[in-house]
Amino acid sequence: MIPANFDYIQADSAEAAIEAIAEHGDEAKLVAGGHSLIPLMKFRLATPAYLVDINRLDDLKYVRDAGDHLAVGALTRHCDVEKNDLVISNAGVLAQATHNVGDPQVRHRGTIGGAVAHGDPASDIPSALLALKATVVVRGPEGEREIKIEDFFTGFLETDLNDDEMLTEVRVPKLPNAKWSFQKFNRRAQDWAIVGASIVCDENHAGVGLVNMHSVPFRSEAVESALLSGASAEEAGDLAAEGTEAPSDLNASKDYREHLARVLVRRGLQEAGV
Amino acid sequence: MEVSIKINGVDQSHDVEPRMLLVQYIREAAGLTGTNIGCDTSSCGACTVHLNGESVKSCTVLAAQVSGMEVDTIEGLANDDGTLHPVQQAFHECHALQCGYCTPGMVMASVSMIEENPSMTEDEVREGLEGNLCRCTGYHNIVKAVLQASEVTL
Repeated sequence: MIPANFDYIQADSAEAAIEAIAEHGDEAKLVAGGHSLIPLMKFRLATPAYLVDINRLDDLKYVRDAGDHLAVGALTRHCDVEKNDLVISNAGVLAQATHNVGDPQVRHRGTIGGAVAHGDPASDIPSALLALKATVVVRGPEGEREIKIEDFFTGFLETDLNDDEMLTEVRVPKLPNAKWSFQKFNRRAQDWAIVGASIVCDENHAGVGLVNMHSVPFRSEAVESALLSGASAEEAGDLAAEGTEAPSDLNASKDYREHLARVLVRRGLQEAGV
Repeated sequence: MEVSIKINGVDQSHDVEPRMLLVQYIREAAGLTGTNIGCDTSSCGACTVHLNGESVKSCTVLAAQVSGMEVDTIEGLANDDGTLHPVQQAFHECHALQCGYCTPGMVMASVSMIEENPSMTEDEVREGLEGNLCRCTGYHNIVKAVLQASEVTL
């Protein structure tokens, strides 16, 4: 399968990339690892006239300790996030969710910024970032803005990013003592989750993110508030389908997904020791 | 556009369309047909090659994206005198192939995996090869071969 033709622009700086997407508007797409966009282009579900390649922006590949949070550059590849000691010790659920993305070859290419900016409700990484209550930094011609991850996803494969903005950093609160768990149910090793759940609990922090339970990566406020008022794993797990709008497809019906969400959240809470 | 890639240590330069995939560049422009196209959707791993030393699925990378970088394919693994790479030798000795179609990808994925972690358990090998499918279902001997090869100094 061959993508439709496009003009290829290799950006040598974030500014150049933003200039290019600002100039071409919705005819342009940024490509990072390309493991979501290139398959869409091969199926001709995406036919950008301009492809702006940001892979060589090495200054956006980092994990830094920034005091109360970790700053993760948007171009940091999954293989570098999952094995990073700072991530493992301060945001274990993100390391684990990232390890569950695709397979080693995919994780050598895919980036955290790409996984978030794609806005896919079936993606593992957004659920971990929702549970951690992360923020994302986006940069455009007017400068930067920081957006709460729960406000970033606005619709199916749609985000709060404007046509002339680029996601540059993910900020992950440091929760070294948190109890956490990542749960994923699928039928074959490298498949997308049929349903997944990220759970992070700490003093005054209850975060629950669900995979594939809505048109957007979904934060379960029902489970979170139950946990904050002292509910048990069983009681909180029972609320996991509340507020969701799970899809039905070949893999699972809506009802089955709701069942899975309840089971996975309960299991995750039990595994985390909540 | 002109895309230059060093494949198996040899500089290549070809005038190609921006939409050309790396696997097409390798097979059609460079004429190296050892790398197979299987699913063409980054699921099966038959097209696995090394990009700057790391395994990637070349059906999901654009040739233009890797201009100036180094790519290694199955043809570049054995020594010039024909001595097989330890992973190839182990696949040979363990009979880790049936029809052979997945083999170039399996071998390239295994070499990358062993370089990242030379002391894997059987479970780690099985998980590490999750991105490579063998339709003959010959996984048992493939896992044996990878474990045998990882005991040989690479």
